[in-house]
Amino acid sequence: MMSPYLAKVLNKNKRTDLPEFEIGDTIRVHVKIKEGDKERLQIFEGVVLARKNSGMGENITVRKVSFGTGVERIFPLNAPVVDHIDIVRTGKVRRSKLYYLRNLRGKAARLKERPTERPTKR
Amino acid sequence: MSPGIIGKKIGMTQVFRPDGQVVPVTLLQAGPCVVIQRKTPATDGYDAVQLGMVEFARKTTKPLAGHLKKAGAEGVKMIREFRLTNGQSDVKTGDRVLVDQFKPKDKVDITGVSKGRGFAGVMKRHNFGGGDGSHGSMFHRAPGSIGASSYPSRVFPGTRMAGQMGHAQVTVRNLEVIDVDTEDNVLMVKGAVPGPNGSYVIVKRAKR
Repeated sequence: MMSPYLAKVLNKNKRTDLPEFEIGDTIRVHVKIKEGDKERLQIFEGVVLARKNSGMGENITVRKVSFGTGVERIFPLNAPVVDHIDIVRTGKVRRSKLYYLRNLRGKAARLKERPTERPTKR
Repeated sequence: MSPGIIGKKIGMTQVFRPDGQVVPVTLLQAGPCVVIQRKTPATDGYDAVQLGMVEFARKTTKPLAGHLKKAGAEGVKMIREFRLTNGQSDVKTGDRVLVDQFKPKDKVDITGVSKGRGFAGVMKRHNFGGGDGSHGSMFHRAPGSIGASSYPSRVFPGTRMAGQMGHAQVTVRNLEVIDVDTEDNVLMVKGAVPGPNGSYVIVKRAKR
């Protein structure tokens, strides 16, 4: 049971501006990067492999294949470094952690698109 | 102004600073408290304020009920005294002590009773290394030597050995106040606070 006071802090501090994506979706994460005193946005596009933890510590693992090498980044969802997130395409998957994708290459690592007419849960 | 306040640990979470830095925080239900008694050198031999945390009505013994009634304090469960030096405090019996005496960036000292670990061995209690688990080792978690033999023919006081760990009073100093919610009397401090969730703690202005 979560304390109502804890829930109040979470309600106040959690981000609500992020879109509702699901595991298996391909997303584009815009990350704020500081170079000296200039700030710019870097884009990381990949498949959401996992969504972990709850509350303020919630994070996602995003995987992409860059020049034949798999690259994974973990983003804390409530951190201000995440500027915004775009959904590029949906993915139809049957589990909540897609770690099996790490062992697949090329065509085998593709995911089918989720039918759009199905109402998204949650 | 009261030298401190009584609090109750709610739990931990984390928040982000505007520059993106993440801060681990503990939430404390701090007060509302009532000054039940003002002790003075003339009447009590020492200088202190007695605070009670107002929570909910409960059955009290008649002497305690009368004591609380004098201060107009009802629903007090936890009573703690705060010593004063040179009687510098201007609080009177019946005054309310609220969380708004703290503001963000203040430093506080928090005292509580740490989580009890029971009778713990030296590896857990004093971070001893222990021995190999296998490879024919017959020395696993034992303390090893506790001193020399015929001289001094005794074990020195204070030698680290197995025993009760935790459930002792612990003070954490100089915790930064991150946020103060005056509406719900919730204090948010940076870092960890001794004890399990729901345990009482004492919050004082930092000594130094």
